[in-house]
Amino acid sequence: MAIDTRVAPKIKHHDEEYKVIGTRPIRHDGLEKVTGEARYGSDINLPGQLHGKVLRSPHAHARILSIDASRAQALDGVSAVITSADLPDPGDKLTTGGEAPGLPVKFKSANMLARGKVHYHGHAVAAVAATNQHIAAEALKLIDVEYEVLEPVLEVWDAMKPDAPVIIEDLYTAKADGTTAEEPSNVAAEMLYEVGDVDAGFAEADLVVDREFTFGVVHQGYIETHNATANWLKDGHLHVWCSSQGAFTIRQELADLLNHPITKIHVVPMEIGGGFGGKTTAYLEPLAALLSQQTGHPVKMAMDRADVLKATGPTPGGYVRVKMGVTNDGTITAGYANLAFDAGGYPGSVVGAGCRCVFAPYNMTNAKVEGFDVVVNKPKTHAYRAPGATHAEFASETVVDEICRTLDIDPVEFRLKNSAKEGDWQLAMPPYPRIGHIECMEAARDSAQWQTPLETAPGKKRGRGIASGFWFNIGFTSSVIAKLNSDGSVTLLEGSTDIGGTRTSVAMQFAETLGIAIEDVDPIVADTDSVGQTDVTGGSRVTFATGLAAHNAANDMKDQIAEGLADLWDVAADSITHADGTFSANGNSATVREAAGLLEEEGVFPIGKNTVTPTREGGAFAVHIADVEVDEETGKVEVLRYTAVQDAGVAIYPPYVEGQMQGGVVQGVGWALNEEYVYDDDGHLLNASLLDYRMPTALDVPNIETIIVEVPNPGHPYGVRGVGEVPIVPPPAAVANAIHDATGLRMSHLPMSPPRVQAALAAQA
Amino acid sequence: MATVHIPTPMRVATDGVARVEIEGATVRDIVDRLEANYPGLGGRLVEDGQLRPGLSVFVDGANVGRRLRTKLQPDSELFFVEALGGG
Repeated sequence: MAIDTRVAPKIKHHDEEYKVIGTRPIRHDGLEKVTGEARYGSDINLPGQLHGKVLRSPHAHARILSIDASRAQALDGVSAVITSADLPDPGDKLTTGGEAPGLPVKFKSANMLARGKVHYHGHAVAAVAATNQHIAAEALKLIDVEYEVLEPVLEVWDAMKPDAPVIIEDLYTAKADGTTAEEPSNVAAEMLYEVGDVDAGFAEADLVVDREFTFGVVHQGYIETHNATANWLKDGHLHVWCSSQGAFTIRQELADLLNHPITKIHVVPMEIGGGFGGKTTAYLEPLAALLSQQTGHPVKMAMDRADVLKATGPTPGGYVRVKMGVTNDGTITAGYANLAFDAGGYPGSVVGAGCRCVFAPYNMTNAKVEGFDVVVNKPKTHAYRAPGATHAEFASETVVDEICRTLDIDPVEFRLKNSAKEGDWQLAMPPYPRIGHIECMEAARDSAQWQTPLETAPGKKRGRGIASGFWFNIGFTSSVIAKLNSDGSVTLLEGSTDIGGTRTSVAMQFAETLGIAIEDVDPIVADTDSVGQTDVTGGSRVTFATGLAAHNAANDMKDQIAEGLADLWDVAADSITHADGTFSANGNSATVREAAGLLEEEGVFPIGKNTVTPTREGGAFAVHIADVEVDEETGKVEVLRYTAVQDAGVAIYPPYVEGQMQGGVVQGVGWALNEEYVYDDDGHLLNASLLDYRMPTALDVPNIETIIVEVPNPGHPYGVRGVGEVPIVPPPAAVANAIHDATGLRMSHLPMSPPRVQAALAAQA
Repeated sequence: MATVHIPTPMRVATDGVARVEIEGATVRDIVDRLEANYPGLGGRLVEDGQLRPGLSVFVDGANVGRRLRTKLQPDSELFFVEALGGG
């Protein structure tokens, strides 16, 4: 084990040394990002372009009795008004792409433009195209919609009651036993995961802790709002420029929703100002496309912040119950969890992933987990960094902390004793491959923060908490095309939207494999016509999967160069060796640059390419430590010091890994302490602005210390594990455990906002 | 013989049995024989000749997605699981 302390601690559990991987080159997109030259969706402006706007429901739950757009259509400058009647009937078609395959397209279609009923405050009802935004906004006021307002149901525990208002009248629960409920309800699906004998496990326990937790709805909070420009040509070709985590996914959704051939849809991914899971599905793109088709003009649309908060896909609120049994020596004997997540206005929450993460850091041989996907009158929820894991592991890591306190066992030692490791059980999954939870916990134990006693201050309530987190990571499909230029440089086309700096981390893997300098690779995020199938930038998959495609493409290019040189050198291609970027055989040698020149003279221009669907993603663990101070008067919690430890497998570009870790912590701290959708009893969202929806600023968090642990993923040639999601998982539990250390309070609702902490302190007194 | 781990909700079709040994050269063979041995189980895994959307199969620790043609070793281990996305 060697510790690299040049920049931030990195603890390697391997002996590999690389030339490019692990270095800190200047990022390829750095200059254009800091000079403002980078092009985002809103920078697209086309000749004859119209502007679109969306009419949104003022009600959380209502039947649409009529829509009369005649006054809007008569307004000068208005070119078209569309409603759900303009969308094709999807019938019984199921979604085939994206992150949630197998869901009825009819729900996605109805979420684009309400069909018959509105399911949440802000639900899109109609859209207008006009010569400018102001006329479009005026036209919205002239659309007359007659509603029959219905009773809303906002929380999962209310929506699951037998007498709750049913939001989707033909929704029948898909029950865990494979049957379908006979009566409609708001419970879209039940899930059940079980291993071992949970009753016997609890019978063995000396201590059982059983707690309930609840959650508000939280938004991803990306800075760039959704936008889309569509140009539907007369020959049927549809061109779309948008801010999305996946151009190919948007293309598939447009094909599904508009019943249009996929070959005629061309999606151009623009630079993206954040997504975090919230931009893995379409919102404006189908509307802009329909309006363009109807008007014969390009149509540009952009949401404002209120639209984003009201009508895109936040992460669910809901309920989690966790019950864990342990023996007096601190051995976990059993676990039970029950999770009910709000799906929002249509089925499909992330509860299944939450169920499978809830006990993931631990080797538990007896466990049972039940999950419920529940429709409520809120926006259709969607993925947010490690979707479902933060809720689930906030609950279980809080219970673990309570167990440690009750048994007077060090929380690090408890976690080390019970930690999941290679070969151990995973709920409903194959046994763990090589994983790094123990290594992360050891690094946390040895960290400067854990080894430094908490600084006390007279009259201040301060505490320290620790928590683990797990996320699966995903593989999906990625493609790259690499073109060797005559000067030895490489143009690298890849299909993954670059959110976290992945064009550089992918290019670095290509450069490492081909043996060239990173400066000789020019990575480009390509559109759907220019590169092979590439799934969303999500699931922490791009550096892993697109990086693997780049590695494979570099090998493909190496083979082609060797074949070209074999002709020139009159040797067999398989006799040519490649080391450190130099090809050699029979006394001949050429660097990649020299080979490119030689091959150019022969008219040979190698193009390496690869499409890959990797199968061994490797899970990611993180361990976080939080020191907090609780203001007894106001209930405000201040994070004083924070250390994030994470297994990155092998960190391709350490600054990006550290950035993901720090970004995840900031979002997790915001989730822990402030962020929450606030609704009135009628289901109106009351805080649809970033003034009232309180995200952390730089003033709210301390410097976040990072420790990268490298336990290579055996499923990747360079050992890469995804790093983007797991750092959001531990913060709420780490902060909650620190609050308990400071005050003795066990907080059971996120966010642990000042009023809630203040109320809990008052009740405690 | 391959070992197939039956998802908890589907054990109603196997009388509660959590793990079965079954012979097959591909995942499709396994599904066909599961249906033959436990009527109704195959239908919960496959629809119109394909693994149901939203399901994935792991073979010997590798997530092979919905590829029913995946070849098996004599002692392969299979898990049918719900597909995951990410953020």
